[in-house]
Amino acid sequence: MKNSGFTRLLRSLAKYRLLIIGMLLSSAVGNTMLLLAPRHIAKAIDLIAPLNGDYSLLLQELVILGALYVSGGIFTWLSMVLANSAANRTVRDLRNQLFEKLARLPLGYFDNNPRGDMISRFTNDINAISDGLNQGVIQLVSGIITVVLSLVFMLTLNPYVTLVAVFVMPISFLIGFSITKYGKSKFKEQSRVLGQLNGYAEETISSHHTVKAFGYEKAADTRFGEINRQLYECGYRAQFASALVNPSTRFVNNIAYVLVGVLGIIAVLRNTLTVGGVAGFLTYTAQFSKPFNEITAVTMQLQLAMASARRVFGLLDEEELRQSTVSENLPGGLGLVEFKDVCFSYQPETPLIKNLNLSVRPGETIAIVGPTGAGKTTLVNLLMRFYEIDSGSILIDGEDITSLTRESLRRSFGMVLQDTWLFSGTVRDNIAYGKPKATDIEIEQAARAAHAHSFIRRLPDGYNTPITEDGGNLSQGQKQLLTIARAMLLDPPMLILDEATSSVDIVTEIRIQRAFRKLMQGKTTFIIAHRLSTIRDADRILVLNQGDVVEQGSHSELLGLGGFYSRLYQSQFAPSE
Amino acid sequence: MRLSVILGYLKPYTKHCIMAPLFKFIEAVLELFLPLVMANVIDKGAARGDAGYVLGMGAVMLLIVTVGLGCSLVCQYMASVASQGFGTVLRNAVFERINRLSHAQIDRLGIPSLINRVTGDTQQLQYAVAMLLRLVVRAPFLCIGGIIMALTIDPGLSLVVIAAIPLFLIVIILVMRLTVRLHRTVQNRLDKLTLILRENLSGVRVIRAFTRTKQEQKRFSASVDQHTQASLGAGVLSALLNPATQLIMNAAIVAIVWFGGIRVNAGGMSTGEVIAFINYVNMILLALMVVSNLVITFTKAYTSAGRVAEVLATQPAVSDSQHLVENPSSKAPAVAFSHVYFSYNDNQNDQYDLTDIIAVIPKGATVGVIGGTGAGKSTLMNLIMRFFDVQSGEVQVDGINVTHYPLETLRSKIGLVPQKSELFSATIAQNIRWGKPDASDQEVRNAAAAAQALEFIERQPDGFDAMVERGGANLSGGQKQRLSIARALVRRPEILILDDASSALDYATDAALRRSIRAMSKAREITIFMVSQRVGTIQHADMILVMDDGYLKGVGTHQQLLASCEVYREICSVQLS
Repeated sequence: MKNSGFTRLLRSLAKYRLLIIGMLLSSAVGNTMLLLAPRHIAKAIDLIAPLNGDYSLLLQELVILGALYVSGGIFTWLSMVLANSAANRTVRDLRNQLFEKLARLPLGYFDNNPRGDMISRFTNDINAISDGLNQGVIQLVSGIITVVLSLVFMLTLNPYVTLVAVFVMPISFLIGFSITKYGKSKFKEQSRVLGQLNGYAEETISSHHTVKAFGYEKAADTRFGEINRQLYECGYRAQFASALVNPSTRFVNNIAYVLVGVLGIIAVLRNTLTVGGVAGFLTYTAQFSKPFNEITAVTMQLQLAMASARRVFGLLDEEELRQSTVSENLPGGLGLVEFKDVCFSYQPETPLIKNLNLSVRPGETIAIVGPTGAGKTTLVNLLMRFYEIDSGSILIDGEDITSLTRESLRRSFGMVLQDTWLFSGTVRDNIAYGKPKATDIEIEQAARAAHAHSFIRRLPDGYNTPITEDGGNLSQGQKQLLTIARAMLLDPPMLILDEATSSVDIVTEIRIQRAFRKLMQGKTTFIIAHRLSTIRDADRILVLNQGDVVEQGSHSELLGLGGFYSRLYQSQFAPSE
Repeated sequence: MRLSVILGYLKPYTKHCIMAPLFKFIEAVLELFLPLVMANVIDKGAARGDAGYVLGMGAVMLLIVTVGLGCSLVCQYMASVASQGFGTVLRNAVFERINRLSHAQIDRLGIPSLINRVTGDTQQLQYAVAMLLRLVVRAPFLCIGGIIMALTIDPGLSLVVIAAIPLFLIVIILVMRLTVRLHRTVQNRLDKLTLILRENLSGVRVIRAFTRTKQEQKRFSASVDQHTQASLGAGVLSALLNPATQLIMNAAIVAIVWFGGIRVNAGGMSTGEVIAFINYVNMILLALMVVSNLVITFTKAYTSAGRVAEVLATQPAVSDSQHLVENPSSKAPAVAFSHVYFSYNDNQNDQYDLTDIIAVIPKGATVGVIGGTGAGKSTLMNLIMRFFDVQSGEVQVDGINVTHYPLETLRSKIGLVPQKSELFSATIAQNIRWGKPDASDQEVRNAAAAAQALEFIERQPDGFDAMVERGGANLSGGQKQRLSIARALVRRPEILILDDASSALDYATDAALRRSIRAMSKAREITIFMVSQRVGTIQHADMILVMDDGYLKGVGTHQQLLASCEVYREICSVQLS
């Protein structure tokens, strides 16, 4: 997989080959014109001496010169615009590809990777690739064209001079190459530490409430300072390494310049070369090596771009979810849910759910209870196929859920999660999240049913009030009401309520439960809740402990059993003093 | 103004900032010197026919080249250290400032934007400084040198050069002005894009549950398109810079050949002088080209400077006092609210989120705070922590206005368990030690035990050293909440605020937690605030505050409130039926 970053980047560029061919052509034309210009200057100067008051020939030559400059300028500009266009379009595609990749990643990836690092790949790394493609490639191309063209011009003048110049080229190239190689590891390190730094900044800044509450500002500063210090250590080395290239190659070229000069004069003394010949030698040596300096100068940018490309492609190469391609819709839509010998663990060494068997009749309301960490949320994760089970099967209406597309499976569930998640948009957009085509009337009905209507109306712009990121301008309970309204609007055949009412005050909660009961009629519902009222109204209570269903039955049955549930229940009324 | 703020962070590297250009200057002088020596060698060596002289001068020239290399390396090293160091210092400063901004200020600036500023923008500035140090001396030096040389040859003809330079600068400034604006648009759109990305990362479960992946991809893709459009626009404009400036200088060359031709014919000048003139114009051109190439880097940096300076110029809204003037009185109430008015918005129409709150909480009291969603319970707690400042009235802790405390002193008295448990990627022990960095293992253990977290911690393979993933993703809601409680308990606070802290706990855990907290408060005088929506949680409190729509509707014990407070009776009638 060596160099894969480079070849894959080329492949991404290939889509815009027309732009690139255009860029190459206009760069070639532009550079040719600008390289031809000095010849016409020389001609014009030659015309000056025998002028004798007749300016027409000189004028003619200068008009040609002017035309070369103007058209050369236009073509150079065009080539830069085309390069910019190709680079921007390529990184646009890369960004979109990355984003689409996110949709195919298993949920575990998001839980296990720092968000800042992922964001960094979308922003810093992509920007580095864009800069590298844009400035690096254009300079590389124009540099190569200049070298080739001056080589052609030189050969037409004197093949021997050309040989000397050509001799310098590999040496300065070799130096540039070996330094570049040294710099590579430093850049990789720098890229890694930068990702770490971004991750830390992201985590701290997004948790600023807690940081402040615990007076952790100074400690966070210190930790950030430490990573920053590491970044400094590898950063300045990486920078210096790439900064070595330019002076070193210039040094080689200067030595060539001196050697050519000295040897040339010695040749003059031996009458094998004229003084004018030496002058020509020197001019061409300087001109010929200039693009090489430029090429090595852009290596820093290209190196950064390559390091970034590896990180971007690294994310694109992450293992994806298995895609099932079978039936599009759920058969029947009854809501019969069965767990058969289901085993699951987040980490292979600590099994969580072992041989879970469960059958839920259509329309049944199941309350899942159990102590913290018993596997309640995990059950939901499996049902929604956020995680894949290790063995066994989950069936809905007799169909194995792995034979359904995830989309059709999830569409048949309405869900209110423990973490209220809102996105930046209006209140209306947030409610209509699961059903973008909903009418205003439907949205308002859902909001009323979720008892969110009254507070929404009190907001500055009602349903059109913009919500800042993650609902910063709403209270926790208000956020929850909106997510409930969101599920209300969807009206799916099955419901999953994950501690959905924990942050809503009891008066509202009662109303919501009434609305839910109406909504739940004929629907299979799973509720993870800690409220007595919720549990008491359930058809069946599923008592989980350490991944196993330890008891199941109705509230009164389980109380009568006098087991785990009854202890759990009694503890609510444990003596307060 | 903003540049001076930013450049202030170069101060620790003053020495480097002088040395780098100085050595670059020496190198540039040597570079100019070399062709003169060569011309001398050609003239004298060829004329005298002295091969020994030629070889000797050759050695001198090699020495010059080597010294040039040395100077250049010193410059590059100094520039690497200074720019990377500058970036490091600046990043620390920006991060520290962000940590001290109030909740409202962070919401206003936006978390994704702040993250970009602390990472991407500082990187951009660092790059600009590196370029500045490396190239800034060389260009003006070659430029001024070229003009002086031109003046000594023919003052009349140098008018062409002197006229061209302002024109050149005008083009640079014009393009720079326009691109600065465009780059700001590009940057803002990148922030927008990052926002969508962040939402998608944090809301991945909801997005999948509602099968909105396709729509999110469209939303992101539209945002990427907008960003691409802006970058393309900026690209077209900034690509103008090079060809346009080149054209100006080339026009100058054409003019020189024309007017030079006339002067040569008039006998005022030799052809050789015209050639020399053109060489100097070329030298100036190359120097200015380097400058104009840097313009793009500097315009980007200028935009970044503005964004970074904005953060640095934002004074923390909650200002810190340096030291406590008054002595806290042991007889004073733990917390007192006197005529507190507070609003999240700076509205003038007398709409408050808290209206005229008056309450006195004696030391050691257990205070229940109850009320519906959005009633102002959490807001009241935020004022004790001084996350926000009151509009009028006063909040006192230990008899002293909270604004008179150094923030650290004030907050170290308080242990907060927020509604949303924010944990950090570190070990369990490290997360608990957030509350008290120097806590002993035993203290950590005790806190975990009191928070009912010991059992699940000990079930972890690594116990207290088990890693908590980012945001506590590998823990259940209840486990997170218990760690969050342990974190607050370990600091042995004088005031403990449980903001709906047991919402994710099951009955048994909740009851055990309440028992252990009560035991703690008996051993030591702790004032406890229990914010809840459940009467059951707070009914045995010494004192209950009933909040409703920003008003304090009742203060008293359960029995007193049942008799006197209408709102409280309502809540109880629903919950205790």
